[in-house]
Amino acid sequence: MSTQTNVYRQKGIDDGPAMSSRVLKTVVLVVCCAVVVIPFLGVISTSIASQEHVTNSGGFVLWPDALNLDAYKSIFNGGVVQRALLVSIVIAAGGTLISLAGSTMLAYSLSRPGSFGQRPILMIVLFSILFSPGLIPNYLVVKQFGLLDSLFALILPTAISGFNVIVLRSFFMGIPESVLDSARIDGAGDFRIFWSIVLPLSRAVLAVVGLFYAVGYWNAFFNAMLYISDTAKWPLQLVLRTYVINNTELSSGDLGGAAADQLPPQESIQMAILVISLVPILIVYPFLQRHFAKGMLTGAVKG
Amino acid sequence: MARTDAINSLQTDRSTPGEVAGAAGSGPPGTGMDSRNGPRTAGKPLSWWARARRDKVLLLMALPGLVLLLVFHYLPLLGNLIAFQEYLPFVPFGRSAWVGLDNFAVIFNGDPEFLNALKNTLLITLVQVVFVFPAPIALALMLNSLLSERIKRIVQSVLYLPHFLSWVIVIAIFQQLLGGSGLINNFLRSHGMGTIDFLGNPDGFIALLTSQVIWKDTGWGTILFLAALTQIDPGLYEAARVDGASRWRQLWHVTVPGIRALIILLLILRLGDSLTVGFEQIILQQNLVGRPASEVLDTYVYNNGVLAGQWGVSAAVGLVKGLVAVVLVLGANKIAHIFGEAGVYKK
Repeated sequence: MSTQTNVYRQKGIDDGPAMSSRVLKTVVLVVCCAVVVIPFLGVISTSIASQEHVTNSGGFVLWPDALNLDAYKSIFNGGVVQRALLVSIVIAAGGTLISLAGSTMLAYSLSRPGSFGQRPILMIVLFSILFSPGLIPNYLVVKQFGLLDSLFALILPTAISGFNVIVLRSFFMGIPESVLDSARIDGAGDFRIFWSIVLPLSRAVLAVVGLFYAVGYWNAFFNAMLYISDTAKWPLQLVLRTYVINNTELSSGDLGGAAADQLPPQESIQMAILVISLVPILIVYPFLQRHFAKGMLTGAVKG
Repeated sequence: MARTDAINSLQTDRSTPGEVAGAAGSGPPGTGMDSRNGPRTAGKPLSWWARARRDKVLLLMALPGLVLLLVFHYLPLLGNLIAFQEYLPFVPFGRSAWVGLDNFAVIFNGDPEFLNALKNTLLITLVQVVFVFPAPIALALMLNSLLSERIKRIVQSVLYLPHFLSWVIVIAIFQQLLGGSGLINNFLRSHGMGTIDFLGNPDGFIALLTSQVIWKDTGWGTILFLAALTQIDPGLYEAARVDGASRWRQLWHVTVPGIRALIILLLILRLGDSLTVGFEQIILQQNLVGRPASEVLDTYVYNNGVLAGQWGVSAAVGLVKGLVAVVLVLGANKIAHIFGEAGVYKK
């Protein structure tokens, strides 16, 4: 499709966009990209620049003069940030596991044509996408179940996304019934079929949905603010808010007891925390971008 | 965005199970499999109880996910009952005194704080529909007209990225750029100019919010439009050119009609969300600008309910907000039908 489009746009067939409009377009796109890239560059640079450079440039460095890892060393010396990183990893890993288990099983049971109770269950899933019950009632339910200050409060309420269940269900429905029938003739029950045939066939979509959940857990901030008051259980996003956005000073106690006069500048530590919270997203980003765009489209452009 | 997809799968849903079921049931009924393991569409209809027993494994598999949804999405709906109660945290659940519609008084009597939150919410929605909504369309048109696929892909990779960052990170990054010791103010200071208070200025707050949303989601927002653009028949452009249409006229008469249905669909969804504006985004920045300029309905519910303990009143506001949102989506959809568009769902 696209090559075909390009043929029409080549010079000779078409006179092409005027020079001025091409220049304008390039300038606009370059500016757009710069607006996204430069802040990242600055954040990383500030986290590794030398102390004098950070101080001299007023707290934000665009290009580092050195590779100085003191800020990272002070963070991984034990203390608040390291602990929060651990909490975030536990939530993202555990949460994704719980989410995937619940969602795939639910989606599979909804994907078998004519199964008992399918319509009402499907309606329950779909309506959960269309409304959210509201902050106060959510809080009361979490409180009623005694989940305040428990990491489960950060996992269970958001564990099942109706949208992801629907995505998984559409994929499962696309698996040819004949494949499942042959297993059924061999005497495999529904769970056996799900576990040894459907899941292995669905690796790609499982990876996408799993990452969807993982990014959600990693980025979640407000539920932690609402439900977790014990600072020892704070995830990274909450630490980020407290020490970077609200600019609370990180004392040497917060950083595992390093001598106060040896601490790197606050700005560098702050930016190092930011980089740490960015890294997992950047690592999975190439995968996210490729598959999410595709996933968005399979769902959306049919209509 | 996610809602669009789900709703569309709901639309297409009616055709797919039929096909799958058709494939499954294509063999003659009763191909020798017993009723427990046989395909569910084959054979004579089973009784209610027999079907439940046959599918008990499937039902058990659905159970964990279903319970989580019921407990954390549907049970809270019942919790909305406290909107009609004088709720006190230390009184056991269900024993609070019923107070009828007292909690709704802030809405009916026009409590100034509530009205201010409502005003801010609607103003922010209006500004964002005007400035945020068209941004991905413009960007998609620009990307679509690029000659080089490679450059297009690189630009997309860069511009999609911010979508995956949390609001905490986005705001932290904005502070590094616009804060008192941020990039821009440092530059101004070192060149002997006065600094600008971007983050704590109540008058500029909506502009700040809007620019953050544009930064975070414009790139990602292009995906749907780019896909819709590739669906347009290139022959239409050719025909338009033969008729002597300029590039602008082609844009207006071929491109825009090609993506009109999508624009309307997304506008309807946005309208349904009129009363929901960037809760996390605002709560993170509220202490810098103060509540009068930044209070929206969601932060009002949080600040008055969770923080100030007016549980009943906040739940009442939240409940009304939810109901109004449903009415807005249905209403907008109705309007779309009147104008002959497909809207979110078909009749």
